[in-house]
Amino acid sequence: MAETIIKIEHVSKSYGRGNVLDDINLDIRKGEFITIVGPSGCGKTTLLRIIAGLVQADSGTVSLGGKDITSMPPYKRPLNMVFQRYALFPHLNVYENIAFGMKLQKKSEEEIDNKVRRLLKLVSLTDYEERDVNSLSGGQQQRVAIARALANSPQVLLLDEPLSALDYKMRKDMQMELKEMHKKLGLTFINVTHDQEEAITLSDTVIVMNEGKIQQIGTPEDIYNEPCNSFVADFIGASNILDGTMIQDRKVNFIGHDFDCVDEGFAENEPVDIVIRPEDIYIVNKLESVQFTGVVKSCTFKGVHYEMFVDSDNGYELMIQDYNAFEPGSTVGLIIKPQDIQVMHKYKMENTFDAVVIDSQHVSFLGSEFECTVPERFKPDDKVTAHVAFDKVDLLDYCQDGKPEGKVRFIIYKGDHYHLKVYKRGQTSVYVDTNDVYDKGDLVGINIAPEDIIITACDE
Amino acid sequence: MKKFFARFYIAIILLVLYAPIFFIGVFSFTESKVLGTWTGFSTRLYTGLFSNENPGRESLLGAVENTLVIALVAAFVSMFLGTVSAIGIFNLRGRKRQAIQYLNNIPMINPDIITGVSIFLLFVFLHVTQGYATVILAHITFCTPYVVLSVMPKLQQMNPSIYEAALDMGATPVQAFWKVMVPELKPGMISGFILAFTMSLDDFAVTFFTRGTIGLETLSTYIYADARKGGLTPELRPLMTLMFLLVLVLLIVLNVRSSRLATKKLGR
Repeated sequence: MAETIIKIEHVSKSYGRGNVLDDINLDIRKGEFITIVGPSGCGKTTLLRIIAGLVQADSGTVSLGGKDITSMPPYKRPLNMVFQRYALFPHLNVYENIAFGMKLQKKSEEEIDNKVRRLLKLVSLTDYEERDVNSLSGGQQQRVAIARALANSPQVLLLDEPLSALDYKMRKDMQMELKEMHKKLGLTFINVTHDQEEAITLSDTVIVMNEGKIQQIGTPEDIYNEPCNSFVADFIGASNILDGTMIQDRKVNFIGHDFDCVDEGFAENEPVDIVIRPEDIYIVNKLESVQFTGVVKSCTFKGVHYEMFVDSDNGYELMIQDYNAFEPGSTVGLIIKPQDIQVMHKYKMENTFDAVVIDSQHVSFLGSEFECTVPERFKPDDKVTAHVAFDKVDLLDYCQDGKPEGKVRFIIYKGDHYHLKVYKRGQTSVYVDTNDVYDKGDLVGINIAPEDIIITACDE
Repeated sequence: MKKFFARFYIAIILLVLYAPIFFIGVFSFTESKVLGTWTGFSTRLYTGLFSNENPGRESLLGAVENTLVIALVAAFVSMFLGTVSAIGIFNLRGRKRQAIQYLNNIPMINPDIITGVSIFLLFVFLHVTQGYATVILAHITFCTPYVVLSVMPKLQQMNPSIYEAALDMGATPVQAFWKVMVPELKPGMISGFILAFTMSLDDFAVTFFTRGTIGLETLSTYIYADARKGGLTPELRPLMTLMFLLVLVLLIVLNVRSSRLATKKLGR
């Protein structure tokens, strides 16, 4: 195993009240192509900027090659970055842009000249020296930005969504070129993207981030085949995410059937999340000796395969990809092999809130007052925990006075209902199971019926 | 027909705008003491402006020199202060930024006379002897907001990452400012400079209140005093004409330069 080049320990960062990075720990090995991937606002760019020195972490340390560089200013760090919108210097031409860093270091004319020409050759822009950077296409500007970042011979190359501004075909080409470059140079690349496909295609190691936390670190194969939670499963590739119950080791129940699986070590009857990739469900015409049946609802040609939505016999919707098309309306047999069932611990079984008792009929949490039955042993001003099941939270399309509200943060379809997270700044997020369709970013009101709030002592 | 009226309208506006300047230009070529009477073509007012024999010439040219020195110094200093402030304001967030932008705009709307009197009172309060320095300080004060205002749009147009990119390439903050920010902000800084220069050039109220009693005259206070003595010195006419031509040439040069730059950026 190669030596660690960058070590990030307990790094946290917050802007205002929002926690952007929450205790990040990360080792990056020398020569690796690493991609940090996550939805917008997950903190991935902030993490990259902390490595570059453009942002100071609130706490924690960053070290490079064993040396603490936490408070070293960016211009002294032997790292260089390719910026999101290239950030070429508009008043300089291609040559001057690439030579900028070397000129600051007072390198000799000849050395600069050789290096610039070598780099231009590397990024296939020979003879572009005199061109005005504003006259270049997006792809060409991208290449100049990469050449410029490599000109100072950095130990690590940082890439902040380098391909996001390019069109699809261009992006595909640049992906291959980046990979080639990485091989040729043997440098450590740290890439940030929101494109999960790019992460999987390019990297040796993928880091999936969400809401300021690292969700999973692994090879692209690991991340795809063995996602550690439903967020990763949903974010990386298409997947069926379902609620299930672990009956015993190697036996799990979901969509109303028992299945053999390969997972062990869960508690008996533990509620779990199940992930099945759409290409891992076998679909056949015969209805005997199959695990369960379903009715094809729709079938779309996707180039290599057909994508079908099938309602299972117990009413769960499943996405299936297969090389053969099945007629919508037809009844089909379905089989899932044990090794294709990925069982994951749930990150939460129910909502729990820190609450304060107001009187025997009311408690306060989420910044609002709720009616419920408070057990007699609790007195006003006691700190308690309020428990609310996911499916007992009512979402309202409008915001009621005095009731909490929030924005829908992420949505996962679970075959027969949606699981979503409602977020409000500075408050505990609320997880909701609902049959209604919401979009990310929708503002919703939250209502909880009195009988659905269960009050316990704080540490139960 | 419609077109005719549209052109006619523009012609009238231009006429009204430029007639007074044209008038002064024409009458700078005659010797008459009274403005408006033509006593035959002569360039004597021009030669008088540059010859030693004219008794009033000394104080007039002295006032011109004061005006130019004050305007240049004030414009230079406020260009620097204004650019630095604009960068500072630009990097503030949300309400703070808006509040300071408002604060920056108020002195520009504030009547000159109030600015003049309040600066005067401030100097008196601080027991500062008034003279050349106080005039320059006062001019810097009211010119700086104009520079902030003209640099701000350039900052908005600038890709904010280029400063960071310069740091990343190994430039210290000071180097990044000079090598990357200044070239980008230059057009805004230059137009801010010109704005400040012209504001200072034709200021009367602020100068009048801050020049103290040492007898410092700028062009505007000179003309004011001159007019009170009865009638304007005839030499003012060629002087005004020359100044107008100077400004005109300056503007043409700047415009040609910026349009050349624009085609250079777009073309090729």
